[in-house]
Order: sequence, then C-alpha cells, then structure tokens
Amino acid sequence: MSGPSTYVPKSAIGRWFEARLPLMGMVHSSFIAYPVPRNLNYMWTFGAILSFMLVAQIVTGVVLAMHYIPSANEAFDSVTNDIMRNVNYGWLVRYMHTNGASLFFFAVYIHMFRGFYYGSFKPPRELLWIIGVIIYFLMMATAFMGYVLPWGSMSYAGATVITNLTSAIPFVGNSIAHWLWGGYAVGAPTLTRFYSLHYLLPFIIAAFVGLHVWALHVPGQNNPDGVEVQNVDRDTVAFTPYATIKDVFALSIFLIFYAWLIFYIPNYLLDPDNSKVANPLMTPAHVVPEWYLLPFYAILRAIPNKLMGVIALFAAIVVLALVPWLDRSPVKSAKYRPTYRFFFWVFVVVCIGLGYLGSQEPTEGTALIARILTAGYFGFFLVVMPLLSFTEKTKPIPASIADAVLPNKPAQAQA
Amino acid sequence: MHDGRHAARSEPSLGGWMANATTIEKPNRRDFLYLATGSVGAAGVAAIAWPLIDQMNPDASTLAMSSIEVDLGAIPEGQIVTVKWRGGPVFIRHRTEKEIEEAQNVNIGELRDPQSDAQRVKKPEWLIVVGVCTHLGCVPLGHEGKYEGWFCPCHGSMYDTSGRIRQGPAPLNLAVPEYTFLSDARVKIG
Repeated sequence: MSGPSTYVPKSAIGRWFEARLPLMGMVHSSFIAYPVPRNLNYMWTFGAILSFMLVAQIVTGVVLAMHYIPSANEAFDSVTNDIMRNVNYGWLVRYMHTNGASLFFFAVYIHMFRGFYYGSFKPPRELLWIIGVIIYFLMMATAFMGYVLPWGSMSYAGATVITNLTSAIPFVGNSIAHWLWGGYAVGAPTLTRFYSLHYLLPFIIAAFVGLHVWALHVPGQNNPDGVEVQNVDRDTVAFTPYATIKDVFALSIFLIFYAWLIFYIPNYLLDPDNSKVANPLMTPAHVVPEWYLLPFYAILRAIPNKLMGVIALFAAIVVLALVPWLDRSPVKSAKYRPTYRFFFWVFVVVCIGLGYLGSQEPTEGTALIARILTAGYFGFFLVVMPLLSFTEKTKPIPASIADAVLPNKPAQAQA
Repeated sequence: MHDGRHAARSEPSLGGWMANATTIEKPNRRDFLYLATGSVGAAGVAAIAWPLIDQMNPDASTLAMSSIEVDLGAIPEGQIVTVKWRGGPVFIRHRTEKEIEEAQNVNIGELRDPQSDAQRVKKPEWLIVVGVCTHLGCVPLGHEGKYEGWFCPCHGSMYDTSGRIRQGPAPLNLAVPEYTFLSDARVKIG
C-alpha cells in the first residue's frame, strides 16, 4: 500500500504540475486508489466524520473570532449580546461551535471504542493509536479553554478547578498555578492567554491528524474480523467510490443529528449557570464540566487525597497510550474473543456510570460507587487486558477477509 | 447476459456515414442518483456558506447607528459643525449670504466635477457634506484655502463653499450624504 503513486495526469498542465509537486498523485494514492478492506462496517466512518468536525470547528471558530472580544469586561457581552443578537446569523455560528464540540467528542468516543473492540491498537498500529491519544488529549485541552472564553459563571469555575489541579504538585504547585493564571486567581490575563492557545491548538491537532492518517496508511485499516489484508485484489476495494460514498452517507446522518441539536435543542448540553456572567467572588452551587469530561471528573473526585486524585485523573488518560502493551492477545477483534467482549461492554457501562456520577453532587453513597467504578476503569486496562492476553479461549479466526465475507470461496489452489 | 452489475445497453448499429459515430446512452438510474445527490449537496453547501459569509456584513447594532439626527438650532450662521456618522465625519455648515452667493455664482464648466450648488443642497443655508477628502481620505480643514470652503492639508486640495473641488489632486466634490429635514431645526442624516 505504500510506495510512489502510479497516477499520470491527463492534461499537459497536470503533468507539468505533477512533475514539480506530486499533489494529485498523493491524493490519488491516498484517497482514490487506496485499498480498504471490503468488510468495513459503519464504525469505520467516524474518521471521516471527525475530520469534517475538525474543519467545522475551525471554520466556525475563525468566524466567531471576528466578533468575540477576549477581555474580562467585554467577553460575556460580546458573546451573549453581540454574537447571539446582533451579528447576522451569529446565533447559528455560535450554536454550531458549541454543539459541534459536543458532537466532536461523541464521534471521538465511538472512534476510540471501535479501536478497543476490534483491536485497532495492536501491532503494527501502536503508534497510530498513540497519536490518537495525543489528539484526544489536545482536544480536551482545546475544549476546556474554549469553554472558558464566554466568561460565564461555569466558565470561570471550570477554569479555576482545572488550573488548581497544578497546585497539588508538591513544592512548585502554587508557582505553576500563578504562572498559568498570570495572577493570583483566574482573571483577565488567564482569559487572553486561553484565547490565544484555543486558537492555536486546533491547528496542532490538524498536524497530528495528518500524522495519524499517514501512520494509518502504512499498514492500512484494521477491519471487523481483525484479519490483516493478504491479497489486495480479493480482500480490498478502492477507497473511491466505496469508502468515499459510505463516509458521505454516514456523515449526512451525523449532520442530521447535528442539525437537530443546533436548531431544536441548542442549549440542551449547556449548563444554565453559564448564562450568568462570571463572578470571582461566588462559585455556582453545582460545578460540573461539559459532559465529555465527566468520567475523568468523577475519577478525580473519587480519590479522597488531593494529589492522588490529580494523579489518578492524568493516569486515566495516560493508561490509554499503554494499551498496545497491555493487551497482547494475538486475536485482534472482539468478534472472536467472547470473554474480552464481555469485559468490553462492562467497561462501556463503567465509563457511562462514571460520567453520570461526575454530573451529580458528591455524597457518601456516590463516593463509594465512584471508587468502585474507578477501580473498574483501571482494572479493565491493568488487570483484564493483560490477563486475557494469553489465557483467553478465543474463537477461530477466518483465514482471510475474503473468506469471512465473500459468499463464493476464492479460487482453490491448483491441485 | 445480465449478471446483476450495470451492463451497457447495446445500441443498434448505425449505418452509412454515421457508422463510426459514438452513441449516447439514455440517462439511467445511476446518472439520476448522481445528479440528485449532487444537487442536494450543492444546495446544502450554499445553505451553509451563506450565513458564514453574511456574518461579516454590518450587524444589527451597526445598522442601528446608520442614521443620526442633528439639532440645527444650536449652529449659528457661519459656523461649521462636525458630527460622526457611520464611523466618519460629516460637516454641517450654516452658510452666510456671502458664502451662498459665491457658491451659486460659479461657472459650472470650469469645475473638475461639474455640479451646480442647487444640486448639492436642499435648503441653501445648510450645506451637509461628508468630511472626507475625495483624494486619499484625510479630513479637510474648514474656513481654509483660497475658496474659503475647505483645505485638505495632506496634499493641498481646496474645496469651495459648496464643497466642490476647485484646486489640488482630489478628483470629486465632497460627497453629499442622504439626509432629510425633519423640521426647520432638525435634520436626519442617513
């Protein structure tokens, strides 16, 4: 699948250009002629959906930046009054951006769970997976800073809580916190630097997405049966038109969902406390991050010790990068791993449970459940994956992709 | 024969001088689907592109500032008042008899931008012009210059008491904005 492109442009101008900058050949070999396994299901369309959402967030973000004022005195009004009420279609662009962020994370979670289920992180795709974890972390940083920008009550509270995590670090913690804030608390300097970084990070994400696709195109896609491509003619189809049109179709369904959010329930995922301007002297009664950060918030709160809670929070993200070395089962796809499949679904329930607990007031009762679920979260990675790697009784895997999905057996070997 | 895939329709062979012509197939289901999908897609792209472009147009608060009302009662004869309209200066000049006469007794043919004074005012004693030099945009100084209208210090353009360009590099007379007299002492500009 790697190697120089065989594309020859039809026009003379095309050949002149191609001889100097082989852009068309790269597009052709990466997205047109590029072979993809013929057994991919719709779980494989989320890469394209994510690429679209990244572009959508950047476009709507750049447009919002034409009207937003990153000053502590004016930020809230520039959003709530100017953008939402004065700017032509400002309300639409703002809702696209906030709901787009939520759907960006919704798509990335499906994309990641696909990876867990089908073993897409296994050799030779370990680096592809790690780049994905980096992109995920950058997304969380970007979303966190973006949430601060409207300078609502929850924006301020969230900024305070997350930046205060650094104060847990022994000796240098407070200095780091002051350095992040540019002062003794979240304030105007914090807002302007978060604005600058919020504008910057998506382009860093885009660069890592480029590396992500490049790392993917070396071995090619994994597939639902977890069996690598053996014969390009029998096992694969060309990306265009098959994967292209499938991605476009899946994207259009996704966009219907996106439009439903934007036009009918645009504030459903937004915290009502953020419709009030930030007040440094008063914290909202009920501080919660956006839904996509809730599981990590629950893990943070589950540990009673401040520093250990912060370590657990970051460990919960770092452990994702270690998965290629924690799960060593030679069978990739959970389709043929019944025990792993059971624990995978338990893990999904654990994550949803953690997310729910993150949204609730912490009480004695919920604290116990949160600790159990946190143990479940880390247990899936640190206990279940290594244990099952070599002890699990797996089902026999198909000889090839073609064997798995084509009705007629491929030509038998000559007698 | 047909094996389930899209097979090219066999066309009857053409005879005579058309023997080597290529025939065009009738549009089939696939063509229709491509066209329909493409059209809906194009409509979708247009629907999303328009708000992203229109948001750069002046917003509601700017449009609300696009008209102003000025009280003329406070302006004595001979004085020029500068007001801010749409982000820039507008000169309101309460002209004296002498200034009105000078403005009206000019040979139109000699003007770089021929306009009679009557074409530029509604009431002769009130001259309302945009205070931006038509050369490169500086704000000219009132009661200055040989023609006692305005003088632009940037490159030496001189305007008369009707705001018309008389000397210097400016190509056009000072612009006359849209305005209406709400009463004898109140004007709405824009």
